[in-house]
Amino acid sequence: MVLMASSRHEVGAKSFPLVIYIVVPLLALGLQSLLSLHFSRFDLIDLPLLVTIYYGITQREPVSATMVGALIGIAQDALTHHALGIFGISKAVIGYMAASLGVRVDTENHGTRLLLTFGFTLAQTAVLWLLQRDMLGQQFAWHWFHEMVRAVANALAAVILFALLDLTRRSDY
Amino acid sequence: MESFFSRYRNALVLIAILLVQVIGLAVQVRRPAPNAADGHGVRLIRSWVVGLVTPPERLLHATGHGIRGFWTNYVDLIHVRQENKNLKSELDRLRLEEDSIAEDARQGKRLQVLLGFQEKYVYKTVAAQVIGTSGTEQSQVLLIDKGSHEGIKPDMAVITPDGIVGKTRDVFRHTSQVLEISDPTSGAGVILEKTRIRGVLRGNSWGQPEIVNVSPDERIERGEAVLTSGGDAIYPRGLAVGSVARVMPDPEGTLVNVLIRPAANLSKLEEVLIITDTGGEMPPQAQQDLSEADQAEQKASDVLAERLPSRMDPNAPPDQQEAPEDDSADEGAARPVKPPQALHPDRYTPADTPPATELVPGQKITDAQSSALNGAGNGVTNAAANGAVAPAKPAVSTSTSTGTAAGTGASTKQASSPKTKPKTASPATQAGVKENPGAKASGKRGAPSETSQPQTPQSPTPKPETSQPQSSQPQSSQPETSQPQAPQPQASARQGGD
Repeated sequence: MVLMASSRHEVGAKSFPLVIYIVVPLLALGLQSLLSLHFSRFDLIDLPLLVTIYYGITQREPVSATMVGALIGIAQDALTHHALGIFGISKAVIGYMAASLGVRVDTENHGTRLLLTFGFTLAQTAVLWLLQRDMLGQQFAWHWFHEMVRAVANALAAVILFALLDLTRRSDY
Repeated sequence: MESFFSRYRNALVLIAILLVQVIGLAVQVRRPAPNAADGHGVRLIRSWVVGLVTPPERLLHATGHGIRGFWTNYVDLIHVRQENKNLKSELDRLRLEEDSIAEDARQGKRLQVLLGFQEKYVYKTVAAQVIGTSGTEQSQVLLIDKGSHEGIKPDMAVITPDGIVGKTRDVFRHTSQVLEISDPTSGAGVILEKTRIRGVLRGNSWGQPEIVNVSPDERIERGEAVLTSGGDAIYPRGLAVGSVARVMPDPEGTLVNVLIRPAANLSKLEEVLIITDTGGEMPPQAQQDLSEADQAEQKASDVLAERLPSRMDPNAPPDQQEAPEDDSADEGAARPVKPPQALHPDRYTPADTPPATELVPGQKITDAQSSALNGAGNGVTNAAANGAVAPAKPAVSTSTSTGTAAGTGASTKQASSPKTKPKTASPATQAGVKENPGAKASGKRGAPSETSQPQTPQSPTPKPETSQPQSSQPQSSQPETSQPQAPQPQASARQGGD
């Protein structure tokens, strides 16, 4: 089974220099904000989500992944006019799920990353839909085609971004 | 118990984090108004994040702007000369348009004063550069590089020359958030330009602005312009919003939603203007533009007047030219149309008809009355009968009937205008004035000056006071009634006033 982790090498946790933990999320937020200004369809891509997923599947530590996801999400909320916590909750959930799955599957495989990111993107939209529509009573439209396109775009972007981020990590074992 | 926490540590941490955020959400959305200001803690977090994110964005934006500026200002200058030529011709066209619009603006201002309507003019704006967005589809928010330090406050209108963009929301020291009109939580009072249907503009779930809950109206057509109505106290009235793209039925009722194509390109914004001050008076720059438009309009009207066929034929002999009326007397008053002078006057000629007050119903005008009229009518008809040329008659008869006032007015014009100089030297004029008993009786001013001025056209002495009654006294063909009654007091009063 290609998707499942079958060796110590695959299960081994990776860590990053502390600077990377701070710089990469900020860079993701800044680039997301800047590129959406110049490329109107770039808002399909969710760079903070991709960073959250990457930290989750590489750290394989649900607690830290949840914390990182919550912090990145709250920072993303701060750039919007919404209440703080909407993206924080959704990304905390995604971080937890990514870390939990990262222990069980081979996250070094590009195909696995593609599928995981596709699923996590849809999962985040579902959490946002629940939060905004049912909990906050806000307007939130779900369009299947649009969400599929967004999930595919994020999955493809994740393959490239994760490969770049792999260059910054170090093995702990 | 310890094993429980250690066993479910991950799930418990997740639940705790979610719970904290849910409580935080509940506290934030408990505010009385949905768009009320954030709490102190939330504002602090936003400020920190914006402070962390925006410096690199500013740097990147400035770098890109510099590179682009270098390219466009120093390298990519092809076709600039042609573009400059096109712009100049466009400027000329706009100046002509401005002339016509200036009058409409003044009229609109007068009507607003009459109606007690308080117009809000854009007094002061602050230019800002857009340095970022929220980065999500759910929040149509922009980040600009101006904040409270530059005088920006929440709920200020943000516009571009093309149309409105949104309003400021959270304002930090050097950065502000702008809520676009395409966001579902935004709101702007708008009005359709032709149909005058009012509504509230807000964004839909696709990030497109639409006017919501509008009564179905067949007059709403695609492409109709949408303007701000000024009713929201944020956007000044009359700013461009966009045009109607589509009318869609509201799924929740019988009303319709009008989808709007924004005038400003919301997806590619680089510079915006924040309206920091509005006022009831027209701003100085606009007033200056208006006065310049007035002057240009005056020049244009002068040029037009020279091109138009005039009552004065420059090729005609001097004694046949008609004395021009003094337009400066009363610009707003409508002037009566004078009947053409009859070549062969008879008892039906207007100048020979007694006034209605002296007529008896059913009684014909006798020859005695007619001769009396002719006698009192001085040299007007006599001059005509003696061969005075017809076109010179109205001026002469006017001067007669108005008790020298008009005649003096004509001479005033002539003295001031070389073109009309020889006119009152005509025999008919001189005869009419000299033989006018009313002129002698009405005042001493008329006759001598009238006759002497045309003969000494070099004299720069104008008598504008005498030109007034001519325009204000249309009954030029009724010498008996007009001479002793209306014109004389007017002329006297005006003379005394002067």
